[in-house]
Formats: sequence, structure tokens, C-alpha cells
Amino acid sequence: MSDLTQHTNAHDSGHGHEVEPARLGHSPVADIPHRPRATDTDPRMARRAERQVAAMFVLSMVFVVLFVVAYIAIDKTAVVYIPVLGEVGYSQVALGFTLGAAVFLIGAGAIQWAKKLMPDVEVVQERHDMVSPKDDSKLAAANYERGKEESGFARYTIIRRTLLGAMALFPIPLIVLLKDLWVPGPLQQGKSPAEILSTTLWRKGTRIVSDGTYMPVKATDLPVGGLVSAVPEDLREVEELDGNLNARGKAAIILVRMQPDQIRSQQGEGWDYQGILAYSKICTHVGCPIALYEQRTHHLLCPCHQSTFDLADAGNVVFGPAARNMPQLPIGVDEEGFLVALSDFKQPIGPSFWERA
Amino acid sequence: MKFSRRRSPIVATTLLFGALVAVGGVYAVATSVQPANAAVSAGSETQVEQGRRLYLEGCSSCHGMAAQGSQNGPTLIGVGAAAVDFQVGTGRMPMGAPGAQAPVVWPPRYDDNQVSAMAAYVSSLAPGPAIPIAEQYDYAHADEARGGELFRINCSQCHQAAGQGGALTQGKYAPSLMGAEPKQIYEAMITGPQSMPVFSDAQIPTENKKEIIAYVTALQEDPSPGGLSLGKLGPVTEAAFLATAVVAVLITMAVWIGIKAR
Repeated sequence: MSDLTQHTNAHDSGHGHEVEPARLGHSPVADIPHRPRATDTDPRMARRAERQVAAMFVLSMVFVVLFVVAYIAIDKTAVVYIPVLGEVGYSQVALGFTLGAAVFLIGAGAIQWAKKLMPDVEVVQERHDMVSPKDDSKLAAANYERGKEESGFARYTIIRRTLLGAMALFPIPLIVLLKDLWVPGPLQQGKSPAEILSTTLWRKGTRIVSDGTYMPVKATDLPVGGLVSAVPEDLREVEELDGNLNARGKAAIILVRMQPDQIRSQQGEGWDYQGILAYSKICTHVGCPIALYEQRTHHLLCPCHQSTFDLADAGNVVFGPAARNMPQLPIGVDEEGFLVALSDFKQPIGPSFWERA
Repeated sequence: MKFSRRRSPIVATTLLFGALVAVGGVYAVATSVQPANAAVSAGSETQVEQGRRLYLEGCSSCHGMAAQGSQNGPTLIGVGAAAVDFQVGTGRMPMGAPGAQAPVVWPPRYDDNQVSAMAAYVSSLAPGPAIPIAEQYDYAHADEARGGELFRINCSQCHQAAGQGGALTQGKYAPSLMGAEPKQIYEAMITGPQSMPVFSDAQIPTENKKEIIAYVTALQEDPSPGGLSLGKLGPVTEAAFLATAVVAVLITMAVWIGIKAR
């Protein structure tokens, strides 16, 4: 701390500054006059500041006691109405407020103490240059050169080249291991990741069941303007075998019904059933599940990035970042009148992937 | 020149403001009188006739003289009594001004009797979803946890998982469900008002609808234990709150710490 040069306050300096009182205690670096604080000049103000600081510390103690009282006394499930906040949990809000106030008052008291009562003088701290001394840099450079010379890195060409080769090849195992991030389920053994990503549970004759209730959907029960979030009938068993949600993530669809003459185009001839259309529920942009269907415009909107698909026009993109149309599932009915898939999707669902054709 | 020197600009501003208030007040009174005298002659005519008369007065300019629809409004043939009860009963119809979506207007323009009459007229045109009876939306014994699951599958994509509503395309939006009554929720599901798809009783049986209503009602009654709910929108509003209100407080504190004491 020998570098610190103290510039004394106006009232305790007093050697030959009487000529220009306003410039007393001038800062040596910035041209700002030093102004003594009220607490420096007026002992009553100093005592007042002292009382303020002490009061904050005492209040902090009070809040700590209140915290303990609130913890013991207030029912954990009690609800209280507080203006602006509304109906809130009494216990949580009381605990948070008292603890917060206790911590805040310790900090605020310390700052008030430092600002009003601790010494208030400008100081200068000398610093060295950031650059290393010349001798040190020379020594470091010499060390480097000596190491290069002694190791023979420049001389043994074959060692240098094979070392570079070994380092270059080293990351390959890490890349190969990436393939194991995709663990095929029991039903997908032997399939490549591309195959697994390209196929779903839908097959010819798979019944379409309503998600959540798992009830098959009767074609006659779906009104015009209706929307059903649906999954394949065997999804639950497959999910149990797989132990994950991958099958659901690929097979989820939505069913919508419109007047047959409102359908302008589809991805395949006769893929609808009397105005009922089945589309993948997974956005082709980055795979968000989407069912924000506006029944009047027939638009399907993705909440993530606002990609919008026109389900009356082959699921084509009308807005947003999605690059491909929403895959359509060809559907029909079985002999009991329940909706079934006629095949799997004819294109991979969801976002693009490496091997996607 | 003489006048301009004598009158202060405050006088002119006050006069202009007074005139605007007067014109607006007269307009408000004049336009609010209309539905009140429409109900007067209800005694002698049947409910359907009264409904037809109210329809022709209040709805036909957009929905057509025979409810066949027009460029300004869809056909009402086959929409059913439930649609009328929902749209008119919540004040969405008649629409105050053309726009992307009909907002809720409270109080509604028509009283319960008038709404029933119009519902009777519209359901006389063609069969459609009937107004649900109290038993259908009595959610007292419904499983609200199961309702929550169904809500997240079928409703949350537009109305948000906590029923706070959300944006659709081009100014349309899914409204917040915080003020929705059980009957209105049921009617909205079976009629599919505006952009909303239809969730018929065949797709989502009455039992499941009761569960969904129980969940929405639970959301409405749910207090916010931790303090400000911030719209129950999740991390986005919370981060926005941190980045504005909390950072403002921190900056104030930092300024207070840094400012020189006097």
C-alpha cells in the first residue's frame, strides 16, 4: 500500500491554502473540488447517520424474528389477498418478504455507514504497466527456442508428421460414438437411424384413436370444423415396450373435417375420407407439436416460429420458416365405420435430417 | 385580433373538450336506448317470432335477411341455439365494429329473454347444437386432473396450459378462459365459435367435457402462491420482468451506492 498517496480533507489540511478556500483538498487527477460531507462538518449530522445505520441493523434483527414467527405461526396453505399481487400464499410471501428485508437492511446499513461515516478522501493508486518487463519476454522467447531445438521438432520430420496425423485422427471415435445417441427400441432392432426416422407406427388398417381417451374415432362423429388430436391404436403398448416417447413423437396426427368442396388439393388422390383429413402433428421446421387450427381459414399455425400450413391446400406452407409441407396420412374407414390409416406416411415427418431423401 | 388577445388558450381547450364530451355522451345515450325498447312488445308474439324480429333488427345486416350469410358474416343456418347463446350471451355478437375477431363486450347488448328468443329463431331454421342443460356441465364430481390431461391435449395449444389465451394469425386470438362460465365453455366446445374448431359430444363425451370444465374452473380459482403470477405465461414473462423491473431496481441500488454522499 506504499503506492497510496492520501489527499487530505479540507478541514484537516491547512498549510497555505487560505488564499483559495474553494480549491482546498483538490483531487490530484481530476479537476474536481473536494466537498466535505455534512457528517464531516456537523457532529449532529454524524450522530444522525450513526443512528440511521444502527436503526437499519436493528430492523434487520426484527425481520429475522418476524421470519421465525411467520414460519411457525402461518399456515402453509393459507391464502391472503394483497393489492397488486392478488391472491397469494400467505406463508410464502411473508417468509420471502421478511428474509429479503433482513438481508437488504444489513446491506443498506453497511452502505450507509460507508457513505456517511467512513473516511471520504480521494486517493491515487500507482499501477505498473500491463506489459511484462523486456528481460522476462526475452527469457521466455529463448526458452521456447531452446525447447524447439532440444526436442528436435523441426529436425525429425517423420515424428512431426505422424504426431499431426495421430492428433487429426483422434476425434474420429467421438464422431462414430454419436450414432449410439439414437438407441433403437425393441421393435426397431436392426434398422438404421434414417429408417427409424422415416417410418412411424401407422400401417394399413391401423385404427386412429383419440389422444388422451384412446377411443377410436367414428367418421360420422366428426363434425365439419372439428379437430381431433389422434394417435395409432397400438401406441400405448409400443410406448411401454420402448420406454420412451419416440413413437408418439413420430405418429401423432391431427384430424380435421371440412366440407369436401373446400379441399383445394391433397398430397394424394382420395387421401381424405369425406372431407376428413389427417395431417402429422409435428412441424416440419424444428418439430414442435402443433394443433393451433383455425377452422374458418383451415390454417394450422405453429406456436414456436409461426410457420403456417394450409390444410385445405395439401398442407402447403403459407407463412413462416418451415421448408416442407405438412405430411398427410391417407385415411379411410373399416367395416365398423371407424377411421383407419391406409398406409404409413409417404414422406418422413417432422424436421429435416441428414439422410432425408 | 381583439378576441385573440383577450381569450387564453385554456378557454379554447376547455370549450373543445366540453363539446367533445357532449357529443360523445349524446351518442352513447342514443345508441344504448335501442335494445331496451326492442323487448317491449314481446307479450303478444311467439318466441320464434320475437327472435326473428330481433334477428332482422340486429343481425341481418351481416348474416343476411334469411340467415344465409353474406360477405360480412357466415350463415347461421344449422349453427344451433348453443352458438347464439354463446355469441350473443357473452356480448361477442352483435359485433361493434368489423375486425379480425369479435371481442367479449360486457354487459351484453341483449338480455336473457332476448337471447333465448334469437336462439329459438336460429334453431328453427335448421337443427344444430342445443343449449346444454345444467346437468351436462355440472362438474361437481368430475376429475379435474384428468380434465387437465385432456385440456393439454385438446385446448392448451391455443388457450395456453393455464387457460390464459394466446395469439393466432392476423390479429385473431384465443381468448383467456379466466372469465368463462361452465355453460359457455361447454357451448364453445360444441359450436366452435369463430376460429375455434368443434369438439362435439361424440369426440369428447359429456363426461370428459365436465372434466375439462372442472380443470378450467380450478385454474380460475387457483391462487398464485408465490406472488405475482405475471400472466402465468412461464419463463418468457418472468425473464421480461427480471430484465425490466428487477434490473431497474438493481440499477437504482447501484446508483445509490455509487453516488457521493453530501
